Amino acid sequence: MLDFISQPWHWSVSGAMIAFVMFLLIYFGQRFGVSSSFRALCSIGGAGGVASYFNYDWKSHDWLLTFIIGAVIGGGLAIHFLGSPNPVQISEATVNDLAALGVSTPRTTSEGLGFIPHDLMNFENLASLKGIIIMVLGGFLIGFGTRWAGGCTSGHAITGLSNLQLPSLVAVIGFFIGGLLMTHLLLPIILNL
Amino acid sequence: MRLLKYLLTGILFGIVMTKSEAISWFRIQEMFRFQSFHMYGIIGVAVVAGVLMHLWIKRGGLKNSNGEAIQFADKPKTYMASLLGGTLFGLGWAMTGACPGPLYTLVGHGYWIILVVIASALFGTFVYGLLRSKLPH
Repeated sequence: MLDFISQPWHWSVSGAMIAFVMFLLIYFGQRFGVSSSFRALCSIGGAGGVASYFNYDWKSHDWLLTFIIGAVIGGGLAIHFLGSPNPVQISEATVNDLAALGVSTPRTTSEGLGFIPHDLMNFENLASLKGIIIMVLGGFLIGFGTRWAGGCTSGHAITGLSNLQLPSLVAVIGFFIGGLLMTHLLLPIILNL
Repeated sequence: MRLLKYLLTGILFGIVMTKSEAISWFRIQEMFRFQSFHMYGIIGVAVVAGVLMHLWIKRGGLKNSNGEAIQFADKPKTYMASLLGGTLFGLGWAMTGACPGPLYTLVGHGYWIILVVIASALFGTFVYGLLRSKLPH
C-alpha cells in the first residue's frame, strides 16, 4: 500500500483528490482559496495600520492559516515518507527547451527531485539580477496579482470554475496570458541576463 | 479542536500537492509549453468533479458539518481585476513555478529558498493593499 501511494500519482487520481479537499472545506463551512492567507498574514503583521484592506477580522481566516500549516506538514510527510524513487519525469521536449535556456532538469535523485530548479532558485542567486527577478519579482507578482484578481489557482481555477463563475474564467484566461507571455517571451530574456 | 480538522485537511492537501507533482516548477513549464497533458489532466478532473459536486450539493441540499444549508457565494463581478490581476499572477506563476498552495508545501519539503518567494508575495499583497483604491476592478 505504502509502495503504491509512494509512486507519483496519476493525474486523474490527483485531480479527484484536489476536488475531495475542496469538498472537505466546503463541508466544514469554508471555501477553498489559499491566496487569502496572504491578506491574513499581512493583517497579522500590522498592515491594517496603513491600508484599510488589511483592517478586517483576520481571525475569520484562522482556519485557513491552520490549513496552510497543515500543507507545510503534509509536504514534509509526503517527501520523507512517501517520496518517489525517481525525480519528477518531465517530457523530453520540455527538458530540451529548458536545456537550451541553460536550465538542467534532474534525471537522478542525486541531481535533484525535480520540484524546484536548483540552477535558478538558490540563496547565491539572490545576489544576481536574474535570481532577484525570478524569486523576488516572481513572488511579488504572485502576491499582488492573486489579491487583485481575488483568487489564485485554488480559488479561481478550481473553486470558481467548479461553481461556473464567469469572473473566475476571466481570471484563468489572465493566468494563461501571463504564463504564456512569461514562458515564451520574457523568460528567455531573463535567463540570458 | 475546532481547528484540528483544518490541520488534517491541510496535511492531506500537502500530500496531494506533492504526489500530484503540481508543485514542480518543471511541471508548470511543461504546462505553459503544452508539452504534457499532466497538469491539464489534474485541473480538468478537479474541475469536472467539482462541477458535479456543486450540482449534487445544490440539488441534494447537503448540510455542512454545523448542520447549516451550504450556500455558495458568487465571485464579485470585477472583470478588470480578474483579467489584469490574473495576468500578473500568471507572470509570477511561470517564473517561480508555484502558486500559493504549492509555495507552502515546498517549504515543508525543506526548500528554505521558497521563504524568500513567500516573503516577496506577502510584500506584493501589502503593496496591492496600499494601491487598491487606485486600481481598476
